Amino acid sequence: MGEDTDATPTLNHHGFLPDHNYVTDADIISTVEFNHTGELLATGDKGGRVVIFQREPEGEYNVYSTFQSHEPEFDYLKSLEIEEKINKIRWLPQQNAAHFLLSTNDKTIKLWKVSERDKRPEGYNLKDEEGHIKDISTVTSLQVPVLMPMDLMVEVSPRRVYANAHTYHVNSISVNSDYETYMSADDLRINLWHLDITDRSFNIVDIKPANMEDLTEVITSAEFHPHHCNLFVYSSSKGTLRLCDMREAALCDKHSKLFEEPEDPSARSFFSEIISSVSDVKFSHSGRYLLTRDYLTAKVWDLNMESKPLETYQVHDYLRSKLCSLYENDCIFDKFECAWNGSDSVIMTGAYNNFFRMFDRNTKRDVTLEASRESSKPRAVLKPRRVCAAGGKRRKDDISVDSLDFTKKILHTAWHPNENIIAIAATNNLYIFQDKLNSEMH
Amino acid sequence: MSSTTAMEVNVEARRILAVSISKLYASRTQRGGLRLHRSLLLSLVMRSARDIYHSSRETERPSGAQEESAPEDQPMDTSSNPGELKPQPRPEPQPPVTEDSDHNEEDEYDCENTEDKENLSPLRPSRKRRGKASAAPDFLPSKRARLEPGEERYAAPPGSCRAGAADAFTSLSPNRLIPAF
Repeated sequence: MGEDTDATPTLNHHGFLPDHNYVTDADIISTVEFNHTGELLATGDKGGRVVIFQREPEGEYNVYSTFQSHEPEFDYLKSLEIEEKINKIRWLPQQNAAHFLLSTNDKTIKLWKVSERDKRPEGYNLKDEEGHIKDISTVTSLQVPVLMPMDLMVEVSPRRVYANAHTYHVNSISVNSDYETYMSADDLRINLWHLDITDRSFNIVDIKPANMEDLTEVITSAEFHPHHCNLFVYSSSKGTLRLCDMREAALCDKHSKLFEEPEDPSARSFFSEIISSVSDVKFSHSGRYLLTRDYLTAKVWDLNMESKPLETYQVHDYLRSKLCSLYENDCIFDKFECAWNGSDSVIMTGAYNNFFRMFDRNTKRDVTLEASRESSKPRAVLKPRRVCAAGGKRRKDDISVDSLDFTKKILHTAWHPNENIIAIAATNNLYIFQDKLNSEMH
Repeated sequence: MSSTTAMEVNVEARRILAVSISKLYASRTQRGGLRLHRSLLLSLVMRSARDIYHSSRETERPSGAQEESAPEDQPMDTSSNPGELKPQPRPEPQPPVTEDSDHNEEDEYDCENTEDKENLSPLRPSRKRRGKASAAPDFLPSKRARLEPGEERYAAPPGSCRAGAADAFTSLSPNRLIPAF
């Protein structure tokens, strides 16, 4: 694709401790999401914090607000600790001056209101400038308080808490295009909520078998259609996608469409089932396509064709012969996310060694880029990287499969809704790359 | 399949089984509780490894009258999948852990073996072991727990599967889940 990509300075997620090079667990970024205009970018981390960045007029993103969204909890009934890690953040479309977002951990979803305050009333009758009560005898005339400008303050407050609706771990939330409802999905169930109602939700999908011994698949991700408020899709650990229509029945256990690619019997191994599990599903902006990510590939599906994907992109096929080691070091369980660009012409997903990949659907070209301090100085152009198979022909700057750092994984990426700006979460660091040459989508 | 390849596959399958069991064991102490998805994937790998292990053993001993159901006792007991005893292999694996119940997995399966008649398949054959071919794979130690001096062996009480998770953890006996060390 050949676009030159500038790097903005890397933003240490924790913000203010540049000397600390060790990674504390709590700082690991667990979700990244642009809002609908791209003006704001929210990240959630393992410590339950949310950091919101705002785009400055010059084009750079700076910290706008930080707040603690979730705290660790303890379920006394089951003797289980509930992690405070933020699994997903989803923005609501903006309807007034304030911004709203939903953030969720394993069990509880919260609606946060983010608002600005840049004026405050001054000139009270009974209180003085510092807030102390005036001596009433000194008050001789009446004045009307006047709104005076003040330093911008960003206030965040929890408006709703949607709790106790999930027995299993929540993996996805998705806001409906009707702007009134949203859904939350855990391993076995999907619930439909009204944004204003916290004490009730409707169960719309339930794949829990009567006998848990018969369990064969779990729900891994779910999303509403971007335009049709009655349609949603959910992916499973078996590699299938189910499109459901809420008009058909109250309980959407029966799918309207089932998207499944027949398994290639020659590729069978111990780990075939694990690598076919879909880790993320995203509708295209047009609503016509679905993008899925499994361990080794990213696939684009046409909503009108259930039998097989439209396009399959190999993200890191060189790992196919290493599945056993990846199983032993747990990497095979990593859940990579995927993203569309605004015009649905390019898809992006992360990989290991802080590499991330972009595939142009039209030109069929792809590129591997790296998100690291060393390779990206501000204003520097990112250099495409290449991974060569062990023992294969090696060019300069190529990296061999055996030298890949599997602890450096890019699981979470986000693409600006309109422009060529991407946000990449690399462990505890957030990288924002902008394509200055080709700012507009085409 | 040549005998050496079968041997390699056998060794590989055993190794994967051992790794899986240790992962399963480790996941019990993970923060945030047992992850259903992960447990399901682990059990799928274990099932594949077990199937390949047994089929490679069959290849090694083509004349052996290998009982299909009985050998599945041993490895599956350690991973708590008692349901895999039907004559034709059930297509569905059983995740060894369930999250929603407040009973520990071992007690639940203990229950299922003896008490939970509704969940027992009518086609389930006897669990009696038959023949030499069904001897325990040598990488798994003996099933019976070591008794403390003065202790007596007793059957699990019928209500044990309803015990709280905390109780179940203290009653975790070594023969239920054997770490592969």
